[in-house]
Amino acid sequence: MLEIAGLEAGYGDVRALSGVTLSIAAGEIVALLGPNGAGKSTLLNCVAGLVRPWAGAIRWDGQDLRALDTHLVIERGVALVPEGRRLFAGMTVEENLELGAFAARAWTDRRAALERVYALFPVLAERRRTAVQALSGGQQQMVAVGRALMARPRLLMLDEPSLGLAPRLVDTILKALEAINGAGVAVFLVEQNVAAALSLAHRGYLLEGGRIVGEGSGTALMADAHVRRAYLGPLAVRSADTR
Amino acid sequence: MTVLAQQLILGLLIGGLYGLAAAGLSLIFGVMRVLNVAHGELIMLGGYGAFWLAALLGVDPFASLLLVIPGSLLLGAMLYWGLFGFVVRAHEEARVKNSLLIGFGLALALHALAVRLWTADERSIPTSYAGAVLAVGDLAIPLVRLATLVLALLLIGTLQLLLSRWRWGKAIRATAEDWQAALLTGIDIRRAYLLAFALGTALAGAAGTLITVAYSVSPSIGLEWTLKALIVVVLAGLGSMIGTFIGGLVLGVAEAASAATFGGPYREIIGLVIFVVVLAVRPRGLFGR
Repeated sequence: MLEIAGLEAGYGDVRALSGVTLSIAAGEIVALLGPNGAGKSTLLNCVAGLVRPWAGAIRWDGQDLRALDTHLVIERGVALVPEGRRLFAGMTVEENLELGAFAARAWTDRRAALERVYALFPVLAERRRTAVQALSGGQQQMVAVGRALMARPRLLMLDEPSLGLAPRLVDTILKALEAINGAGVAVFLVEQNVAAALSLAHRGYLLEGGRIVGEGSGTALMADAHVRRAYLGPLAVRSADTR
Repeated sequence: MTVLAQQLILGLLIGGLYGLAAAGLSLIFGVMRVLNVAHGELIMLGGYGAFWLAALLGVDPFASLLLVIPGSLLLGAMLYWGLFGFVVRAHEEARVKNSLLIGFGLALALHALAVRLWTADERSIPTSYAGAVLAVGDLAIPLVRLATLVLALLLIGTLQLLLSRWRWGKAIRATAEDWQAALLTGIDIRRAYLLAFALGTALAGAAGTLITVAYSVSPSIGLEWTLKALIVVVLAGLGSMIGTFIGGLVLGVAEAASAATFGGPYREIIGLVIFVVVLAVRPRGLFGR
């Protein structure tokens, strides 16, 4: 469904991605792991059309996305929950969600989409008239995910959705992603919380210094010695040794 | 006492037009991060539009709003396509600088054009009801000026309604808050910019018409109105059109009070004092987010 080949991108003279090749099939959950500054956000932003790649291909159902403006990428069924949520702070929960359906394809069915988001996050239905500024971080993240779903994407990309959230809320968000995926939406997840991401993902890629340095199924990556050392910390390595 | 009250009322009445003049500037700056210093010249053009409609076709100046507003909307769209659309492609920090250059150039060109078309003379639109006055006790409220205040409020209320209810109005607000997030919701932000600029120009045209019917117009009023609008935008802050209208009323009354207390020449100074004090004490303005 999404195929990225030989992608190069950066900012000014600074290279962020070198020859990244990866793919996501319909209905998959794919995790993208890597340290800060590895280029994870740049990769998502390239797909969304927010960053123009220097070279390489981004194909969506065989069509090149690179020349498209972001609103046209959204129109074609790709959505991004950006890092830091980026909600419209002066607006209510419902106004934020409704704007998520701005793409022509989604606008006419926005009522039904709204009900689906409220079914997924019932707390948002209770707070629909509240300004998003007044929400907790977890609820704001729910609005951010809900807003992206309102565009009725076939691929939902998320940039660090658990950042700064309490563990219980991280669980809520990840459970929601599982439910979203269960409804047939592919999920491309950038996540610091590697253990949680890999327990959810069918497959994962490791991005370091702008290059893909590893890939595999969620369980295979979880067992990988490099992943354990670099991302799961000494505790995880020790518990694996003693097992 | 009556004299002071009379002056304050006149200040309040012109304040409504300050608010209307500022609303367009505020909308354009808030959404595009572009400071259109030719805003006053667009107001001036709107005034001459009404003047021409009255002088050549005998259209009532209030009725001419129905033609001036769509005409200004179109002019705004053309200016966006021809000039300001290029500015928003620049980085956000470069936008204000570039827009200042384009704005000053446009202001000079429009000023020269107006002198050529209408000469440098001051013009007004004579009407049968120009002298009508509403007497309240000892106070005399000029009806035409009162009507401009009411119309200014109506226009700003309509804009507020458009921004809160209309699909593209919401898109304009979203783009003003966070253009990248707006892109990610599927909004074509170039179109939001175009609409904001056209609406802002339409408000300028309407303000120019009302200024010409209640006061007068000449090719050189542009800078003065840009300055008034800028003071009101700083005073009121971005994000609330009703707040901008109230800011206009405050400036109008403050000017009248200052002229009454310290003498006529101090009318203009109070605005600049407000400008500096607000920037120092409350940079986001009275109603700004």
